[in-house]
Amino acid sequence: MNRIVKFIVLDIFRNKIILSYTILMSALSWGVFSLEDNSTKGVLTLLNLILLNVPLVSIVFSSIYLYNSSEFIELLLSQPIRRKKIWLSLFVGLQTSLILAFLLGAGIPILVYAPINYSFILILIGVVITAVFVSIAFFSSIYTRDKTKGIGIAILLWLFFALLFDGLLLFLLFQFSEYPIEVPMMFVSALSPIDLSRIMILLQLDVSAMMGYTGAVFRQFFGTRIGIYITFAVLMLWIFIPFYFSLRKFKKKDL
Amino acid sequence: MRLRAIVFLFLLTFKLSAKTVWVGKMGVKTIKEALSKAVAFDTVYVPYGIYKEGNLVVNKPVCLLGINQPVLDGQKKFEVLSIRASDVKVNGFKVQHSGFGTLEDPGAIKLYNAHRVEVSNNELEDNFFGIYVQYGTNCVVKNNKIKAYGTEEQQIGNGIHCWKSDSLQIIGNQISGHRDGIYFEFVTHSIIWRNISKKNIRYGLHFMFSNNDAYIGNVFKENGAGVAVMFTKGVTMINNVFEENWGDASYGLLLKEISDSYVFGNKFIHNTAGVYMEGTNRIHFEYNVLEYNGWGLKMQANCMDNELLENNFVANTFDISTNGTLVLNIFTGNYWDKYEGYDLNRDGTGDIPYHPLSLFSVIVENYPSAMLLYRSIMVSLLDHSEKIMPTLTPDNFVDNTPSMHAIKR
Amino acid sequence: MILIKKIKKQFGKLKVLNRVDLSFEKGQCIALIGPNACGKTTLIKCILGMVLPDSGEIMFNGVSIQNDDQYRTHIGYMPQIGRYPDNMTVGQIIETMKSIRKYKGDFDERLLEDFKLNEMFDKRMRTLSGGTTQKVSACLAFLFNPDVLILDEPTAGLDPLASEVLKAKIILEKEKGKLILITSHLLSELDDLVTQIVFMHEGKVHFHLAVNDLLQQTGELKISAAIAHVLRAKEKNQTGTLRNS
Repeated sequence: MNRIVKFIVLDIFRNKIILSYTILMSALSWGVFSLEDNSTKGVLTLLNLILLNVPLVSIVFSSIYLYNSSEFIELLLSQPIRRKKIWLSLFVGLQTSLILAFLLGAGIPILVYAPINYSFILILIGVVITAVFVSIAFFSSIYTRDKTKGIGIAILLWLFFALLFDGLLLFLLFQFSEYPIEVPMMFVSALSPIDLSRIMILLQLDVSAMMGYTGAVFRQFFGTRIGIYITFAVLMLWIFIPFYFSLRKFKKKDL
Repeated sequence: MRLRAIVFLFLLTFKLSAKTVWVGKMGVKTIKEALSKAVAFDTVYVPYGIYKEGNLVVNKPVCLLGINQPVLDGQKKFEVLSIRASDVKVNGFKVQHSGFGTLEDPGAIKLYNAHRVEVSNNELEDNFFGIYVQYGTNCVVKNNKIKAYGTEEQQIGNGIHCWKSDSLQIIGNQISGHRDGIYFEFVTHSIIWRNISKKNIRYGLHFMFSNNDAYIGNVFKENGAGVAVMFTKGVTMINNVFEENWGDASYGLLLKEISDSYVFGNKFIHNTAGVYMEGTNRIHFEYNVLEYNGWGLKMQANCMDNELLENNFVANTFDISTNGTLVLNIFTGNYWDKYEGYDLNRDGTGDIPYHPLSLFSVIVENYPSAMLLYRSIMVSLLDHSEKIMPTLTPDNFVDNTPSMHAIKR
Repeated sequence: MILIKKIKKQFGKLKVLNRVDLSFEKGQCIALIGPNACGKTTLIKCILGMVLPDSGEIMFNGVSIQNDDQYRTHIGYMPQIGRYPDNMTVGQIIETMKSIRKYKGDFDERLLEDFKLNEMFDKRMRTLSGGTTQKVSACLAFLFNPDVLILDEPTAGLDPLASEVLKAKIILEKEKGKLILITSHLLSELDDLVTQIVFMHEGKVHFHLAVNDLLQQTGELKISAAIAHVLRAKEKNQTGTLRNS
């Protein structure tokens, strides 16, 4: 497996899109921290940028790469290698390169500028969000044969998680505002990895305490150690479940 | 004429010849004995020791001086020191373990209808009420350390409790662990200066029906619900710090039914709501700093004719929220760190007006659960579109001359 | 060596392979021909395990290839269109393949030399022309000295010179006693290569004959002419006259 992974990582790292992604994240991070006069505010601004850009690049780039690799995958398949190994190698290779790109781009300025207790979790969230959206890309592209359609679906998925889901959440909130919906809302928010990450970071930052009663309810869950573990467990599920289903499909797929 | 002078001299020598009464080896055995032996304007010296004499009543103008901080212990049964005369001075004691009871409000040191009393440099620990002043005038409470270990509102009294008094000076005290740090009800023409009130169960300062007072340079920190100033006219609040008041119904400063007052140069940092205004009228709110609060300023719709001038709003989750649509207050020359306008003529004032009320803050006001979406992309989009075309937020909620830079003094 | 038993494959409603039975042996050079969409490529992909048949079985050296991947150590495959990661160089591709394959014997690098690919080792794949990419594919197929070579339209896209080089290589390998499976549209190319012909049509094997038998039965001299003869005969519904000897 190592050789294929290494091969893929080497290939991706000579890719211009990944290069520009790294530079973009780097520029954004340095820019945010040097423009904002206080670093907590910088962390919050950067959080928004990360939650917007990282999923988009991760899902779209992974999809395109998978579609472009279809002939290469065939070639690999004609070699004495198990299908599972090929797919897993692709997964690990894409994960590694995108995570590395994020760490090189955003990780360094975050470590330099952000307060130490926030920087760790911010980087962690960036890494996890990358992993989640690469995994979703694997899922969406294996179920769509057509490249154009597949990339369209990838963008739609991003749009859904980044934007539409929150709109839906807001709508539910207005509809059921008469009921005690704080706890159900927390469960609903677990359906979007972006929301989950955002809430988790916010509750690590001081701003959490400002949220009044509702904030207190959320904090009681997300703010505790167990809450953080559960949130992370859910995010891990977001990484593994889409990939697991894509792997199951890949094993039986005709290429 | 001559006679008069003689009488005056006589009186003067009388006063000068005021005795000293010592407790301990050099004098009488108990403080009680000393107090009964002393006559007006005597000084009673109390050397270090632990005195458990139940309730001590001071009913003549004497000076009680503790040497090396003698301990007066109420054994959790008695009010320790009851001052029922004017011109008494109590200095240098440690008073502890007063009786507890909600009916007669026993205190460590309680002033009954006393004037010109000075209570200073004492340490008060584990009492029901700390220093209790009722019907007092011109009294001074100065440099006392008042500490209690209350856990529930009903089971503990206030640190410095002033009721129906006038011209008091509360200066340089440190209060913690009481129900309210400082309590003012029907107290007029008084000053609260340089006190530190923190970690009290309810309010750092609780202030009602007390007109024409000033509190200056105090620190109110980590109190259960912050500071409440209510039903009062003519209060001056200058250079105080309101810090770390977290919780659902917690404020840095609650202003309720306040009018014609002056709030100047205060700092509100790290509070759930920096300032909460309800029914306040004609307040000058100037040069204050509101920083790192959940809500910088919560202004209910029943606030009118307030002037908010040159304040700094920095790093708050929401700078301002309100529950209505009618705004009759004036915002001028404040610094808003969320302001995104420009200053072409470089006069330090932004060229386009700033609307400090965000759509999301209005949504959260009506649907608190929406807080879950705080800082999501969705909400940023909503806020931005609302900034460009205000439709749901009142458009007269505006600062026409926002400052480009943080206001420094 | 390769035994195909009652293979069926359907994509949606389209029956791509319909009960295909075939058997290939060592030393044979088989041409898999037929009109477009007759199931040639699908059949190859079935043998390679890229397409999983709906029913039936494929045996390689007497062992079913289902859930097996090691049998592919004996196969060299040259796809119809090769595409490789854009940013890797020719050399890196070949090195990676070598390391993935874990092949212990001597590498057959003759084609590398004949195609002069050695000189292009540092070129990135995306800068190569289609023909050069095909050369890389061909080299990879022969590199590990496999017992079975599966070549999908090997000469398509190659210039005549390279085409001849490749053909010479194929003949050489055939003489070593390897099994070679070729699909091609260009029938004229196959004359000096093949020993057996499999003609497929609409997912079925129309006939599977040795070249000599075919020429004999049709009385033609060239394979292309013989097949044209068969097709004409088929239109007259005279296929029954063909017999395997």
